Amino acid sequence: MHPIDFWSMTFVFMLATFVGFDVIRNVSRLLHTPLMSLTNAISAIAVVGSIIIAGEQKTTFSTVLGTIAVAASVTNIVSGFLITDRMLKMFRQQSGKR
Amino acid sequence: MENLTQAAYLVAAALFVFSLRWMSHPKTARRGVAAGVGGMSLAVVGTLLHPEIIAFHWIAIAVVVGTAIGIPLSRVALTAVPQRTALSHAFGGLAAGLVGTAKYSLWLGEGELTAFRTGAIALEVFLGFLTFTGSLMAAGKLQEVIPTRPITYRGQNFINFGLLVIALFAAVGLVIDPTLWALFPVLLALSLTFGVLLILPIGGADMPTVISLLNAYAGLAAVAMGFVLENKVLIIAGALDGSSGLILSIIMCRAMNRSFTNVLFGAFGQVQASTKGAAEQKPVKSVTAQDVADLLEMARDVVVVPGYGLAVAQAQHRAFELYEQLQKRGIRCRFAIHPVAGRMPGHMNVLLAEANVPYDALVEMDEINPDLAQVDVAIVVGANDVVNPAARHDKSSPIYGMPIIDVDKCKTVIANKRTMNPGFAGIDNELYTADNTLMLFGDAKAALGEVVKALASESGMGH
Repeated sequence: MHPIDFWSMTFVFMLATFVGFDVIRNVSRLLHTPLMSLTNAISAIAVVGSIIIAGEQKTTFSTVLGTIAVAASVTNIVSGFLITDRMLKMFRQQSGKR
Repeated sequence: MENLTQAAYLVAAALFVFSLRWMSHPKTARRGVAAGVGGMSLAVVGTLLHPEIIAFHWIAIAVVVGTAIGIPLSRVALTAVPQRTALSHAFGGLAAGLVGTAKYSLWLGEGELTAFRTGAIALEVFLGFLTFTGSLMAAGKLQEVIPTRPITYRGQNFINFGLLVIALFAAVGLVIDPTLWALFPVLLALSLTFGVLLILPIGGADMPTVISLLNAYAGLAAVAMGFVLENKVLIIAGALDGSSGLILSIIMCRAMNRSFTNVLFGAFGQVQASTKGAAEQKPVKSVTAQDVADLLEMARDVVVVPGYGLAVAQAQHRAFELYEQLQKRGIRCRFAIHPVAGRMPGHMNVLLAEANVPYDALVEMDEINPDLAQVDVAIVVGANDVVNPAARHDKSSPIYGMPIIDVDKCKTVIANKRTMNPGFAGIDNELYTADNTLMLFGDAKAALGEVVKALASESGMGH
């Protein structure tokens, strides 16, 4: 890998971390449980890497590991988004509140 | 093609940021989920366009399996949400660990391992597998398959630290010579073991911190995977997840006045050996549900302090009925939520929201504390240490310095407990013997139910 690639990735990491801190700090404390299931689903973006390994079928070993990884990530995507939405639906305001 | 994939990733990353931004308020939060789903779909489609993918059948099977496991996991009871969350951290860690292992074997065969790649893989595999077993342990403890009390033994920290050092040496060895493949299974086994050992000494009450910390590890494992695969959307999503976990851990630690190292290596179970049973035994005043109902009838401002005991007893619906009864009489009723109440951040809020309590009645500790002196009745349900006044003044108490909800300042305190047994930390709670405290003994669900019933029957009598 070219050193520039490494540095550009590190810059992305640094900036994303700062954005993350800022955004997360503003999340309502009411929603910390749904926040955790939401970030969990989002970080299951690992599915992207798993898909390539399962789909390029270079060796049996890598295909098996990749397939398990896709299944694990999809589990997180499906259950993470669904349960977040289920929990958020329950948060309602006092009826008739101005 | 590559441009299309990268463009999809770019939009996906932006959508992820929006997704979290919309979580800032319950009103916009569901839009956040939609943005997350949109981002994920884009990223997956963008990936499937990749020319390297020659076969789709294994991917399709894995998607079916993942969906089949994921749907029931999303329907668990809300009291089981901490376990589910721990389990999903385990899956996240597993995926990262497996991808790292696959990449190592592939690049080893192709002679493409560089020092940088190997280093990133080592980090990914270590974080991934330690999150995997650690989260499984945490889920087991939360589900009470594994004993929830801290498991400690002599030399525990020494052994953990030793394992960490050996793992570090194995990783360094691999970076220096990536073809020393025999070191890889060593690193793998050490990571798996380390995850188990790290969680053994953690007690139930420390779970909110530990779950948040495992959340951060899972995120960092995804970041490491991004570095391995040179994939920026992975780095961004992982960094968002990691920073979220870190912020939550910090909030949890602050709410318990403890440091990370203290949570991870302090094994709370050990500390309270120092508490003296010297406190003079003051008598407690026990009351009936009817007495409580009479007291509430005359109150104008009531605060309910829920704790993990409320979740265990599934008493959230009774709590809502109580809220309704009070609202009907024009009595103000709020729920005071301590940040570490429950087994994960925000646990109480979700439970009470499920029971229909509107979120504007859920108030944070810092917001409610200044009001408490004006509150007529505080009802403590299943909470213990988070309302123990010893945290303010008793330097010998293991929870000294922990911010608490100052219910002892309210005019009257009703404390519901099953028995007089001390809480998780085995600390006497002087709140129970305070002059303005009345004890309502019994299971939280049953006791609250009786109070509600007594209130409801009284309202028939000319109110």
